[in-house]
Amino acid sequence: MIEVLLVLVVTALATSVLGVFLVLRGLSMTTDAISHTILLGIVLAFFITNDIRSPWLIIAASIVGILTVYIIELVSRTQLVRQDAAIGLVFTALFAAAIILISKYSGNVHLDMDVVLMGEVIFAPFNRIEVLGFSIPNALWQLSIILLVNAGFVALFYKELKLTTFDSKFAFIAGFSATFIYYVLMTLVSVTAVAAFDAVGSILVINFFVAPALTAYLLVRRLSSMIWLSMLFAVINSVLGYLIGFGYDLSVAGVTSFIALVTFMIVFIFNPDGWVNNKIRSMKQKHSFTRAMILMLMNERGHTRLTEREITAHFNLGRKQFDKHMEYLLINDYIEKADGHYTLTERGEEYTHYTRIKYELPI
Amino acid sequence: MEEDIITIRDLNVAYQDKPALWHINLDIKENSRTAIVGPNGAGKSTMIKTVMKLIRPVSGNIKIAGRTDKGVLKTIAYVPQKGEVNWDFPTTVLDVVLMGRYVHKGWIKRPNRKDKEIALKALKTMKMEAFRDRQISELSGGQRQRAFLARAIAQDADIYVMDEPLQGIDITTENLIIDVIRQLQEDGKTFIVVHHQLNTVKEYFDHVVILNKTVIASGPVDAVFTEENIETAYREKGIRT
Repeated sequence: MIEVLLVLVVTALATSVLGVFLVLRGLSMTTDAISHTILLGIVLAFFITNDIRSPWLIIAASIVGILTVYIIELVSRTQLVRQDAAIGLVFTALFAAAIILISKYSGNVHLDMDVVLMGEVIFAPFNRIEVLGFSIPNALWQLSIILLVNAGFVALFYKELKLTTFDSKFAFIAGFSATFIYYVLMTLVSVTAVAAFDAVGSILVINFFVAPALTAYLLVRRLSSMIWLSMLFAVINSVLGYLIGFGYDLSVAGVTSFIALVTFMIVFIFNPDGWVNNKIRSMKQKHSFTRAMILMLMNERGHTRLTEREITAHFNLGRKQFDKHMEYLLINDYIEKADGHYTLTERGEEYTHYTRIKYELPI
Repeated sequence: MEEDIITIRDLNVAYQDKPALWHINLDIKENSRTAIVGPNGAGKSTMIKTVMKLIRPVSGNIKIAGRTDKGVLKTIAYVPQKGEVNWDFPTTVLDVVLMGRYVHKGWIKRPNRKDKEIALKALKTMKMEAFRDRQISELSGGQRQRAFLARAIAQDADIYVMDEPLQGIDITTENLIIDVIRQLQEDGKTFIVVHHQLNTVKEYFDHVVILNKTVIASGPVDAVFTEENIETAYREKGIRT
């Protein structure tokens, strides 16, 4: 059963290494489209060859994948339809054509819609191939080769991928064809999607392309770190999905996809720039700003001796908050209290001076 | 300063059936600091994008240092308007500047240590060395512009084509950019800059092109940057025939 995990991990690596560029180019939905429309290629090639294992299936599927990208480009370039709408239109039409063909002509063939969508990675080891005398799952063999090709492409054309994704005009001037890189990338996406969807189902394929890259994106400053981290998240999601799926007898593909959302949410909420820390930071900033304003008020002429009521009236502060702020200022020796009046200490005076400089206020 | 480094002959550019540039004949002097001015929609950006072969003209020809092939673009450093790159891309300032060196690298080859040295020097020129490891999304408008000018410097081009580099930046950055332009002019570089503040043209540039779909006037600032020419450009709507 370890073979199931291997298939899952290799698929995760092969897809996520390309996924980084799909996410950065805003092509997540295009990937969604491709991983469905390739079915049309598979069905057409199957009708011609009548062999579910024929390599023509992969070739035809990849061609339809590229065609999908091209038609989407064509429709959205008319500028009569926005790109998201173009995707919705092309994707569903081609996918529907595949469904019609399946339902009309091959009711008794192994092209089961449930398996297409959800995939059954646990069946992957049943379909085996001999390589150098070893019997290994066909999917593992195919996807390992694809992983090598994809990783090789990214390693070799790293500079070109980076430049064309970041600034395609400059890439053109520097003599690198953005169109060439784009179509090579989308060809690899199609080929990968075909092999991967046979092994794990199209939902998990899309998930592998998009989720790990998005999660990594929240954490990085460099493209190279995004690629490594994205692959790491893909592996983590696969291992957890595999363990939980097997442990509780659930669909491994389904669980893995869901885990990807969980890891994304965890990173989204808890990363250094994430939701929780942003909230905490803005709360802290708000408090320290209020305290600075209290000190500034006491620094103004005629306000050097203030009672509690005068301060709360001025700042619209609740009792609890007022106490907290004043306690902080007293403990840190910015102010002192004598017979019901607050006054600035020397340190407080100094602080207001620097605050004026910081906010570029007249001194 | 007498040679023409860019010559444009009978250039017409249109968006569908709307002419954007009409019968442009223009010479840009080598080693000049040339401003391109004109009202909104005058075709300033269109013109430099056409020079950079990013837009295909309806007719006309453009010679850059006597050449018309695509390879000549490598001798030009193009600094785009601010909105034109993916600002959320995970890359650092040094990385962006290093991209200037890609021009000399060809496919697959990576920049080496010498390229990195050149990039660091360019960052220093733009007083951005302290920001080398910042992600570009963290930069202010002026810092972004400085990073992109550093990329242009790292490219070590002969001609600098800049689209409104002073738009919406702080005065310190503006002064720095103008200083650097003057320094690079002494090293023999040529500058073509789309500029929107008429009041600084005389101070910042030595040549000017006054454009409104067609060339209203072009030449040394002192000779052609006159009230009359400016008024013609900014008053007239449509095309002079």
